[in-house]
Amino acid sequence: MVAVALAVPRVVDEFELLQLTVFAALCILALSLGVVWGYGGILCFGQSAFFGLGAYAYAVTAINLGESTGALILAVVVPALFAASLGYFMFYGRLSDVYLGVITLSVTLIFFNLMNSTAGDAYRIGKARLNGFNGMPSLPTLNLPGDPGRVLDPTEMFYLVMALLVIVYLGLHALMASHFGRVVIAIRENETRCELLGYDVRLHKLLIFTLGGGIAGLAGCLFANWGAFVSPTVFSLAMTSQIIIWVIVGGLGTLLGPIIGCLIMQYLTTMFGTQQIANTNLIFGVIFLVFVLLVPRGLVPTLARLGARAVGPPRARDVP
Amino acid sequence: MDLAAILVIEVLSGIAGLALISIGLAVIFGMMRVINLAHGEFLMLGGYAAIVATNHGVNIWIAMLVVAPLVVGVIGMIAERAIIRFLYGRMIDTLLATWGLSLFFIGLVTTIFGTSVAGIRAPLGSVAIGRYNISVYRLVLIAVAAAILAVIFVVLRGTRLGLIARGTMENPDMAAALGVSPPRVYAMTFGIGAALSGLAGGLLAPISGVLPTVGAAYVAKAFITVISGGTAILAGTAAAAGLFGSVNQLLTYFTTPVIGEAGLLAAAILLLRVLPHGITGRWFRGSL
Repeated sequence: MVAVALAVPRVVDEFELLQLTVFAALCILALSLGVVWGYGGILCFGQSAFFGLGAYAYAVTAINLGESTGALILAVVVPALFAASLGYFMFYGRLSDVYLGVITLSVTLIFFNLMNSTAGDAYRIGKARLNGFNGMPSLPTLNLPGDPGRVLDPTEMFYLVMALLVIVYLGLHALMASHFGRVVIAIRENETRCELLGYDVRLHKLLIFTLGGGIAGLAGCLFANWGAFVSPTVFSLAMTSQIIIWVIVGGLGTLLGPIIGCLIMQYLTTMFGTQQIANTNLIFGVIFLVFVLLVPRGLVPTLARLGARAVGPPRARDVP
Repeated sequence: MDLAAILVIEVLSGIAGLALISIGLAVIFGMMRVINLAHGEFLMLGGYAAIVATNHGVNIWIAMLVVAPLVVGVIGMIAERAIIRFLYGRMIDTLLATWGLSLFFIGLVTTIFGTSVAGIRAPLGSVAIGRYNISVYRLVLIAVAAAILAVIFVVLRGTRLGLIARGTMENPDMAAALGVSPPRVYAMTFGIGAALSGLAGGLLAPISGVLPTVGAAYVAKAFITVISGGTAILAGTAAAAGLFGSVNQLLTYFTTPVIGEAGLLAAAILLLRVLPHGITGRWFRGSL
């Protein structure tokens, strides 16, 4: 995989390279929901809120400091802190799954409205004007740490995003294999039993939710860098539904699933977007319904099961 | 004095608006425990139904009060038969499926009507209160919202239909044993919830205008109201709409609409932290 990533910039042209960079950034976003929902069992409709917060945190800090390293860090810390405080109210209030989904959805919509209404000179943070629905153009993009003059070129940017994707993937893999990860999965399977065994369910949920928020913020920062632009559409309902669709199509409870789902759906979106065959929402809605009704486990687990069945008798661990 | 009167009317009309957009959802969620994320789109479809009917020469009151609920009610019944009935008892899956439905409706309406705002003029003009002018239509909305709540109360509490519906939700097997067909009751209830949403969408169309994505503006508020209300459909919705409507309108009046919305959400999150089962989880238990 690393070898492929290294070779890619040599074989594709610059447009495709940029395209692949944004796909990779969105894959990180997909992973963030994949871990919160697929492993933590927390259906979060607000992943785009953290994504957007990360993008805006990066934009505001980078404009004010003129240097990107601090901005990159803040783009992870701010969404994580926001996720932590929101999570405190939700998990320590012991809200059920469904209420959680609705609250996170509302938070996203409020952010969308809030950011849309920040047009005009009155809304500025330091030197950065928020610009309402027009968004913030010509952001300073990532530079080498400590050297604002040395900005990353598209190829370096691609390597950076790919490297971060691999790091996030492997990191989450390791985390889920650790004691903490096992407890998180156990909570998803049976919350009451975990509680009776003495684990602090609320704390574990809060931590995994906060981690997801931070990773989504990182993805938001990379996304803002990709176009050197950020606008309130990062908070929009379309963004939120995209993330959910990636995870559903790819498959819950895997790390590979969200990545595959994201790549397939992004490819389809780009295709439909350029060819104007039909409205994207219409197609997404149909795909959504088909997967929920007919392939509720998602592609990766379903294919894995089919593969296992073709090779031999089903193993016990394939059964959820 | 004039100012006080205007402020009271503003608050009342905020409460009425919240109650209107929430009641269809409250019926579907409260009776069937189905989270209908396509609720905003039912409102949107109601708005379009009213506008299209009015533009084709139908009397505006008939368009809003009859055509909109009928159209959306039928759409709701079809959705229940085609999709939702397969997912009863799987709350998260219904939530996702109805979201898919919501995207589908947005896409469909965008394809048909385009993305521009459609609207109709509010009927009845305005009336002067002291130095201020206020739209008569707003006053009508307050009355209509109160009337709808009253009718639902009477139907659920006093009629055989309401009894059958409540009994089926309480215990479908027992209802079936007594000769009631639960699937039919489910389809009817979902249809009535959708029709109420359509009615609300039609009534609000003259005030807010309609565009394909307008549902998003409603759905969050409606859900917050219903969830904070708790298990009792009417008492919960009325109480939560009263609380959040006041918070929203007062903040909007003294600051900006966006602060008003943020205040509404903050109030809801705080409320759910204190009362996880909503207002009627603590008070008015056992009411409708």
